[in-house]
Amino acid sequence: MKTLLRSPALYIAIAVVIVAALLPLWVSAYLLGILTVAYYFGVFSMAWDLLFGFAGEVNFGPTFLIGLGAYTAAILDNEFGPPIVVCIMAGAAVAVLGGLALAVPALRLSGPYFGLVTLVAVLLLQNAIVIFAHWTGGEIGMTVPDVLSIDTNENYWYALAFLVVCAILLFGLSRSAVGLILQASGQDRIEAQALGFNVTKHKIAAFCISALFSGVAGAMLIFYMGTASVDTVIDISIGVQVIIAAVLGGRRTILGAALGSIFLILATEFLRPLGQLNTFVVSAVALAVILFFPDGLLGYVLRAGERE
Amino acid sequence: MNAPVRLKVENLVKRYGGLIAVKNVSLELRAGEIVGLIGPNGSGKSTVMKLVMGVEPVTAGTITLDGTDITRWPSHRVARAGVGIVFQHSRPLHRQTVLENIKLALLPDSLIRLFADRDVDTRARAIADRVGLSAVINRHPSTLPFADLRRMEMAKAIARNPQVVLVDEPFAGLTLSEVATFSDLIRGFRDEGRAVLLVDHNVKSVAALVDRVFAMYLGERIAEGTAEEVMRDPTVRRVYLGGEITASHKRGEAATRKPPLLTVEDVSVLYGKAQALDKVSIHVGAGEFVSIVGLNGAGKTTLFNAMSGLVPYSGKIAFDGRDLKQLTAGGIARFGLVQCPESRELFGDMSVEENLDLGGQHLTAARRREQHDWLLELFPILRERRTQAARTLSGGEQQMLAIARALMMDPKLLILDEPTLGLAPVILEQLGRALERLREKSPITVVLGEQNVTFALPHADRVYVLEHARIVWEGDPVRFAKEMGTGYL
Repeated sequence: MKTLLRSPALYIAIAVVIVAALLPLWVSAYLLGILTVAYYFGVFSMAWDLLFGFAGEVNFGPTFLIGLGAYTAAILDNEFGPPIVVCIMAGAAVAVLGGLALAVPALRLSGPYFGLVTLVAVLLLQNAIVIFAHWTGGEIGMTVPDVLSIDTNENYWYALAFLVVCAILLFGLSRSAVGLILQASGQDRIEAQALGFNVTKHKIAAFCISALFSGVAGAMLIFYMGTASVDTVIDISIGVQVIIAAVLGGRRTILGAALGSIFLILATEFLRPLGQLNTFVVSAVALAVILFFPDGLLGYVLRAGERE
Repeated sequence: MNAPVRLKVENLVKRYGGLIAVKNVSLELRAGEIVGLIGPNGSGKSTVMKLVMGVEPVTAGTITLDGTDITRWPSHRVARAGVGIVFQHSRPLHRQTVLENIKLALLPDSLIRLFADRDVDTRARAIADRVGLSAVINRHPSTLPFADLRRMEMAKAIARNPQVVLVDEPFAGLTLSEVATFSDLIRGFRDEGRAVLLVDHNVKSVAALVDRVFAMYLGERIAEGTAEEVMRDPTVRRVYLGGEITASHKRGEAATRKPPLLTVEDVSVLYGKAQALDKVSIHVGAGEFVSIVGLNGAGKTTLFNAMSGLVPYSGKIAFDGRDLKQLTAGGIARFGLVQCPESRELFGDMSVEENLDLGGQHLTAARRREQHDWLLELFPILRERRTQAARTLSGGEQQMLAIARALMMDPKLLILDEPTLGLAPVILEQLGRALERLREKSPITVVLGEQNVTFALPHADRVYVLEHARIVWEGDPVRFAKEMGTGYL
């Protein structure tokens, strides 16, 4: 605790959050809207980094968890209309259950097969949504009757507060004793077991936590946008964006994943004048970072510290 | 020896497909004793260690710890029951300090205990102090010398307070003074009443430390007793040395005077922080057959991998007038320096024929056919097995296929890395005869790496002895038998 209070990083983080909270005072509503989405994506990426960076498992289907949360909340809101909080909690619960159903059998597999299972899960979910179009709106998507708020500033603050809370929880977890065991399990499974840790138990727990945060964030995102569609919360390309953001920001840093997400979405936005080229340029930058700084931007800074 | 039996292994069997890695091994480990489990590569000693630890499932047999049957327990339960292991290679947490790495080992296996107990820090510091890490406790593992990394592994194993400690190759990569420090640490385990199992390639390295030695070969127990008894045991001597040492007198002189085809000058290799080769210099003349003998772990494979461009090294390696640093690993092989690796590296799902064809990819079709026919003549057994998948061959057949595939590249110099690995004596004879025919019928230059001296000597024109990453002896096979024959094991 003492070291934390003495750490300059803490004060930098607090300053960044204060500035972010005050942004609505001088930033356009349009940009606030972009940032709101970026913050939710930040949570997606952080939840993904817990699994990849710490548990050492590549989940190619973050949108499976996100989509479960989002669609559960959307369908519940449409069919029964309970308070939004209830919808979000239900979304989180279903994401965790779905995550468990996926992780328990998939973690028996090793290496690339775990990743492939998660990838197939996304395709399955996507198909299920198209097949049950009656409830889900199919390919067109569905609107939700309720929204978090109709005020841009309020929506922005909700997203920011959510991001900050998630960041504190996930970062804290990653630095805790449990995070240490998880990291050891991800790096050297056999050695972690030889030290008496039940690696499978820890990895499943990590998957559930990742699912919980992804599910809640997915549900909140659709209550911000007022719609849920395959293209915005489930499509493979959304998953790829979440993954690239986390890798770009820095594996095993949690906070880097959030920064990566915000950077990626803002960059796409600022380069919009380039027209068709903008996605290309952003992808090229992401590729360059991954090739030359495989530890990501924040990871690179941390590594420099390690070599001292 | 009235101390209670801590670990008891009975009739342990492990099969991998058709391969029997461990055959009916029974072993006891008592409190307060150090037992050496030794055997050459492929003897099954590491498999025994993995089976005890629960890393691999047991095929048959039982393992009991203090009377409790732990045979099919998962690793983490075995660990919690009181078995600790010091890995030879590990991946420490690089973003954490040494202290945090040790603390990890002291944490409970819990999902909800987010904060470590207060005494964890004190205990971690005490352990660091005991293994001699206090000075570097706040450094990151990547900045530590190799010996300190091993100390850290030792610290992690002690932290669990195990009653049985398994140590994999305790002294690999350490200098002599470090070996002394580690020996003291291991003796400390014994004095505290722990049972210690040291797993190593040969008796020599653990002789000073162990109370008892259990020697394995081809998955079976071949000898058991004090270090001296095991070293004198005829079976052990046959396994390591291959029995009577005979040397060929008929050739040599002419070949050694030829201009060198390969010169290795002051080559050093570091694996991370472990010194695998220390300023090694050798030369090989065109048409010469040179044997490099040394026990497992001496650095033979590393030397060959340096020649083949597979590991970075300092120093110079020249082959047929070219500096090999200018070529890639693939380029070196095409240039005529071909290695037949210890691990064989066959393409298991491909047939014998396909494996051979891959070796001959860069030859012209006519040349390939010719080479192919010649090789099937050299290894007649391969002709019978032509369409069989490589993985279904016996060990000896696989070795012949590996050599044949290397020869398909039409090398100027062939490196054979420990071809006798895990092979039964009768197969060795066949292999020896094939090498003899190879020498008679082609002008090829051969570098043979072996720990089985009897296999290495009859063919050799010249012998180098590699020990602890250094060349310690050079000469002809006849002199080897006289000078090195007794002190080698």
